[in-house]
Amino acid sequence: MNKVRTQLMLCGGTGCHANDSQAFHEALQKELERQGLAEEIKIIETGCNGFCAVGPVMLVQPEGIFYQKLRPEDAPHLVEEHFLKGRPVKKLLYVEPTSKETIPIMTKIPFFAHQMFWVMRNKGVIDPEVIDEYIARDGYFAVAKALKEMTPEQIIEEVKTSGLRGRGGAGFPTGLKWEFARRSPGEIKYVLCNADEGDPGAFMDRSVLEADPHAVLEGMIIAARAIDAHQGYIYARTEYPLAIRRLGIAIKQAREYGLLGTDILGSGFDFDIDIYQGAGAFVCGEETALMRSIEGRRGMPRPRPPFPAVKGLWEKPTVLNNVETLANIAQIILNGGQWYASVGTETSKGTKVFALSGDVNNIGLVEVPMGTSLRTIIYDIGGGIPNKKKFKAVQLGGPSGGCIPEQHLDTPVDYEAIAKVGAIMGSGGVIVMDENTCMVDMARFFMDFVQDESCGKCTPCREGTRRLLQLLEKICEGRGEPEDLDTLEQLSYTIKDTALCGLGQTGPNPVLSTLRYFRDEYEAHIYEKRCPAKRCVALLKFEVDEDLCTRCGVCFRSCPVEAITWKKKEVARIDKEKCIKCMTCFEKCRFGAIF
Amino acid sequence: MSHDTHPQHPDIDDDMWKKIDEIIAANRDIPGSVITVLRQCQDIVGYMPVELVDYISYGLNLSRSEVYGVASFYALFSFEPKGRHLIRVCMGTACYVKGIKETVNRICNHFDLKEGGVTEDRRFSLEAVRCLGACGLAPVMVVDQDTYGAVKADKAIEILEKYK
Repeated sequence: MNKVRTQLMLCGGTGCHANDSQAFHEALQKELERQGLAEEIKIIETGCNGFCAVGPVMLVQPEGIFYQKLRPEDAPHLVEEHFLKGRPVKKLLYVEPTSKETIPIMTKIPFFAHQMFWVMRNKGVIDPEVIDEYIARDGYFAVAKALKEMTPEQIIEEVKTSGLRGRGGAGFPTGLKWEFARRSPGEIKYVLCNADEGDPGAFMDRSVLEADPHAVLEGMIIAARAIDAHQGYIYARTEYPLAIRRLGIAIKQAREYGLLGTDILGSGFDFDIDIYQGAGAFVCGEETALMRSIEGRRGMPRPRPPFPAVKGLWEKPTVLNNVETLANIAQIILNGGQWYASVGTETSKGTKVFALSGDVNNIGLVEVPMGTSLRTIIYDIGGGIPNKKKFKAVQLGGPSGGCIPEQHLDTPVDYEAIAKVGAIMGSGGVIVMDENTCMVDMARFFMDFVQDESCGKCTPCREGTRRLLQLLEKICEGRGEPEDLDTLEQLSYTIKDTALCGLGQTGPNPVLSTLRYFRDEYEAHIYEKRCPAKRCVALLKFEVDEDLCTRCGVCFRSCPVEAITWKKKEVARIDKEKCIKCMTCFEKCRFGAIF
Repeated sequence: MSHDTHPQHPDIDDDMWKKIDEIIAANRDIPGSVITVLRQCQDIVGYMPVELVDYISYGLNLSRSEVYGVASFYALFSFEPKGRHLIRVCMGTACYVKGIKETVNRICNHFDLKEGGVTEDRRFSLEAVRCLGACGLAPVMVVDQDTYGAVKADKAIEILEKYK
C-alpha cells in the first residue's frame, strides 16, 4: 500500500458546494497528477467544516493548515508552493478581520479556538461516505457496548445521568422520554429521527447529517435497543438533497457491515432504518404532525396526551429525537453519563451546536459548551459585526423564539436562562442583526412565516396569527394606531394560551419579544410614521438629505429606472414619478443620505 | 389496479405514463406511501395536474379527496405548470436580514413576474422558499440546480440573463 504523506480535507458541504468547491477539487486533482504527487497526496471530500463564510475551505493534514476561499485558478500555485516546496501560500490563509493577523493553523483561528467539538467531532476529519473512517474514530463502538455489555435499563440510566435534553428546541430530558417509551406496553415500537429542520436560519442538522451521518444512525440503534424497537425512520427535509444522499449511503454501508438489519453484531437484536422525505411543511417538525406525515396524511398535530411514547406512529409507542440529540448518544454510552454531565450548567449539560448567521463576520456552525455567553459566540467566535455597524439584536429559536438586545448579551447558553430573557434555546439558529434591521419588520417577517405555515386545524393559530400579521403590516405601512400595540399584546397571549401545538403556542414570541425590547421602534412607526432603520418602504420618502449627501453620484449610477438626476458636485434628486421604490439607492448610499 | 387507458393530458406523454404506472405499482402495497408517489410523479411531469392526482388516487385505491388533501397541504406540490427555469429565492431569516426582499423586488420588476408566478413566455417561475440551510451564503438564490450566494439585486439580474 502506498504511503500517503498528506491528506487534503476539502469541505464538500452545501455552502462550499455552492461556492464551487467541485471545480476546485477537479483543478487540484489534475494539478497533483501533473506534478506526480497524486499517490502521496490525497484529496478527501468531507462534510461541512462549519466555517461557511470563507468557503470553499480545505484543511491540510497532518500539519493542520487551513486554506480558505479557494478558486480553481489557485490550484497550480498552491501545489507548487506548498506541496512541492513546503511553503504555505499566504494569500490563501485566514486573516483575522480585526487584528489583520494571518493565522495558518486551523485550531488557532479564534472561530475554532473557542469551540468544543463533541457532536461535530468528525466534521471535516472523515469522509462521510466511507464507514471505515467513521469506525476508525471509534464509530459503532457504542453500539457494540450497548448491545453486548449493557441492559436496556442501563442504557436509559446512562442517558438520564448525562442530563442530555432534546436539542430540537423544547429541551425535554432524553433519558426520560426513552423510559416512558420502554415502559409502554406493545410488541411494535418505533424510533424516529426528526431531520425536518424547518426553522429559517438553522442548518445544524443538515451539517451533522452531511458530515457525520453514521453518528445519527448509531444514536438511533442505541435508542432502539433501549426501548426495544425494530424499525426506525429518519424524516428528512426534501430541501436537503446532499444530506439525504449521504444518509442513504450510510444506511447501505451499515447494513453491509451487519450494523443494521437482523442479528446486529451477533447480539440477536434486529433493527433497520428507512429514510422518509418530507414535502415542505414547517408544522411537520411538531412530533405528532411528523408522524401523521409518515403515515401519508396531512401533517396536522393532534392533542396530547396520549403522548407519542404511548401512542405515536401508527398508534404504536414511539420515540422521536432530533438529529443533534441522537448524535450525542454514542459519546455518552462510550464515555459515560458522568463525563457528559461534567460540562455545562446546572440544568443544561454538554454542548450545543448553533448556526450563526446574519450580520456577523464569521458565518458558520459553532459548537460551544452550555453556559457560554452569547457575547462570546457573536464577538469572539463570530468576529463581531461587519462594516463597522452597530449590533442591535440577536434572534434565537427562529419563528418560535425571540430577539435579545445588547443589555442581555452576557446571558449564558442555557435552556432556562434564555427563556428568562424572552427567547428560547430553539433548535440553534442564531441570527445577528445590525442597526439597519427594523424590528417591527422582523416581527412581521416571522408572523408572515407562522401564519403561512399554520396548518389550519385550530382557530387561535389559524385566525389569530393572520390577525397579528395584518396588524403588523398595518404598522409597517404607516397606518398604525396607538391602540394597536395593546391589541397585539393581548392577542399574542391569547394565542399562546389556547393554540393546539407548539407552532401556535410559541408563534407570537417574536412579536412579544420585540415589543418588550424595541417598543420605541413600534412607537416611531405609529406616532411619527417613521421607520428608524429605514427598511419599511411605505414609510420612506425617497428624498435626499442635502447635509448627508456627499454628491458622489453612486445612487444616480445604480438606479435601474433612471429616476435620479445628478451632476458632479451637486446633490442628487429623486424623481418620485419615475421611482419604483426598489431600494437600490438605499443599499448603495454609504452615507445614509436617502430617507 | 391502474386504468386500462391513460387520461389525455397535453403535458404528459406515453413515456411519462409508463413511469407513473411503475411508481404506483411499486408503492401500492406500502402504507403511507402517497407522499412518496406524489413526489416521484411530480418529478416526472414537472407539476401536478388534477388528472394526475385523480389517476394516482385510483392507482393507490384512495379517495380523490384524500389524495388532493395531501397534495394541497404540502408546499412541494404545485398544481400550476412551471417555467423553463425555476428561480427559488431563499426567504429564510438570514437571507431576509441580508436583503433578499430587495433582490426579489428587482427580479419581479425586471421580468414582470410575481412571487409564485410564471412569466408569460414561461421562461421563469419564481418561488420563495423557506430556509435552504445555506445561510453562510446569504442572500441565496437557486436557479434550477445551481446555487448562487450573496445575490444582491444587480447580481441576480446578471445571473438570470444567462438562462434563456
